[in-house]
Amino acid sequence: MAALPIDGRDGALRRLSDRLVARPRLLVALFLAPPLLWLGVVYLGSLVALLAQSFFSIDEFSGLIVREWTLKTYGELFRPANLDIIGRTVTMAALVTLVGAVIAFPIAYYAARYARGRTKALFYLAVMLPLWSSYLVRVYAWKLILAREGILAWATERTGTTPLLDAWLALPVVGGPSLSISYTGTFLVFLYLWLPFMILPIQAALERVPGSLLEASADLGARPGQTLRKVILPLALPGVVAGSIFTFALTLGDYITPQIVGSSTLYIGQAVYTLQGTAGNIPLAAAFSVVPIAIMVGYLAVAKRMGAFDAL
Amino acid sequence: MTDPAALSAVRFRGVSRHFGATRAVDGVDLDIAPGAFFAMLGPSGSGKTTCLRLIAGFEQPDAGSIEIFGAPMTGVPPYRRSVNTVFQDYALFPHMTVGANVAYGPMVRGVPRAEREARARELLALVALSGFEDRRPAQLSGGQRQRVALARALINEPKVLLLDEPLGALDLKLREQMQVELKSLQRRLGITFVFVTHDQSEALSMADRIAVFNEGRIVQVGAPDEVYERPQTRFVADFVGGSNVVEPDAAERLGLPRGLYSLRPEKIRLGEIGFAGTVETTLYQGAQRRVVVAVGSDRLAVVAPAERGPLPVGSAVRLFVPPGAAHRMEG
Ligand SMILES: Nc1ncnc2c1ncn2[C@@H]1O[C@H](COP(=O)(O)OP(=O)(O)O)[C@@H](O)[C@H]1O
Ligand SMILES: [Mg+2]
Repeated sequence: MAALPIDGRDGALRRLSDRLVARPRLLVALFLAPPLLWLGVVYLGSLVALLAQSFFSIDEFSGLIVREWTLKTYGELFRPANLDIIGRTVTMAALVTLVGAVIAFPIAYYAARYARGRTKALFYLAVMLPLWSSYLVRVYAWKLILAREGILAWATERTGTTPLLDAWLALPVVGGPSLSISYTGTFLVFLYLWLPFMILPIQAALERVPGSLLEASADLGARPGQTLRKVILPLALPGVVAGSIFTFALTLGDYITPQIVGSSTLYIGQAVYTLQGTAGNIPLAAAFSVVPIAIMVGYLAVAKRMGAFDAL
Repeated sequence: MTDPAALSAVRFRGVSRHFGATRAVDGVDLDIAPGAFFAMLGPSGSGKTTCLRLIAGFEQPDAGSIEIFGAPMTGVPPYRRSVNTVFQDYALFPHMTVGANVAYGPMVRGVPRAEREARARELLALVALSGFEDRRPAQLSGGQRQRVALARALINEPKVLLLDEPLGALDLKLREQMQVELKSLQRRLGITFVFVTHDQSEALSMADRIAVFNEGRIVQVGAPDEVYERPQTRFVADFVGGSNVVEPDAAERLGLPRGLYSLRPEKIRLGEIGFAGTVETTLYQGAQRRVVVAVGSDRLAVVAPAERGPLPVGSAVRLFVPPGAAHRMEG
């Protein structure tokens, strides 16, 4: 049997793959076209439509949308009640992000540097498992945990720490009748909900830091704390920023959690929800939803200025 | 012989480091004289890096003791040892400039900015990288990164400098150039260099003392010519320069007293007299040819100058082993 210099099999599929191999750009274009179309038309398109709405206004008497370009709706954001909503939401998001980063870092560090084999699998399971159950179930579970007759109150009673809990609840802003009806409760639930989104990017960033860099730092005379500040934290910063984008944006946009656990004050998400629904004020709802976008853009600009992405 | 009372730069006594069933370092005794250029030579996995890490303090021995200039190192963390390391992958901080990398040691020790920057410039000049202060490690070539790693490790004026296969990632020409530069740098600074390599020619040309490692143990320590000319074991003879290992039976056939010998290929003469043999393989190496000759049932590697002309496989040759060419080994 004579050996052919070229594999002799033939067919339409084969001719197609030959053509694609010869033109890698065509292949890439084919792969990217559907997602790009989706992103470009459906996602960005609706975003632009939304943005456009925010420059319309609503006629106060008829309640109809006036399709004329105006900044009047944005002006309404600065009414005290609305500023209140924005301030509350941004403060909550910032606190959740900050505390989330502080809690997530040691966990991520342990997972990236020390956990191997089974412990690593257990780590992933522990971080991801909560994401497999319904968001609503988890929030309601927390409502029960934090309620006045909940397991937390029971535990403080058993350990004799009830006075501590009561003292906390008696505090002006963060307190309330019970943890489940207070800012503290909302904060705890947000923190719990978004923690995986903070841990995973930090862990990924730390995973990419070669162990030899830490040894080099110690070798040159840096104490462990100095190595943490000068080498580990700067190199983990892109991960921290990525994680904080998640936690910040997720908190800014959430409108369900504060309804279930909290002091029944409004957050941006709830404001958007009610304004576009029952109130029928689409322009103001749109203006409200531009706020998180603007904040995120500003945040990223600051992070970039601070060199968060230099190590990428 | 070294004076036992003299202070060693590095001293190992019965040092072992095991990882599970792997005896990475197994009962090593070692004395490195101050100011020496000391090479640890051995095949991959023979425990060289682990030895270096024990000196640096990244590993703690499971048994035995380590002293650096007389000071016991038990429980002393890396950041309190006057030892610095040039890492195999250089381990430059990617988020810092070259200048900040070099100034890192003084920086963590609290040296004021102006002073440490001046010092970093000095060190960069020493490794011929003046003007590279503001670059990032990613913008440098492999050879330049290597020099930065060297400058960074030298800035603290360590008593011992550890180098783990520092030239392994460089191409041949650059490697030879760096060999010369490292050697002269060591002479000028007078710092004890401990240099890990698996390349026997690198160890022979650079070091003034070589420890040959095999399976976590040191099998021979000596000056380069000593290790090369008078290997003590079969392993050293074979690993350091591919010597012929002559078994006792073959030794008798070659007219030597019964025993195990090392016979360097370049010491055997191809000529008109001696044992008759046939060429089995021939390997052209530029200036010379390495030829394997079958003499009866024995195989001997021989080096012939290239100008002797081609030695086709199957051609008949005669081998002459000058008296004293074979070196008797222990085992
Ligand atoms: N941290 C470690 N964990 C497990 N085994 C290790 C570790 N470090 C080294 N070893 C093992 O110890 C042996 C010696 O390794 P090493 O000192 O790196 O050798 P060399 O540098 O001579 O190539 C090898 O078998 C290696 O796999
Ligand atoms: Mg090694």
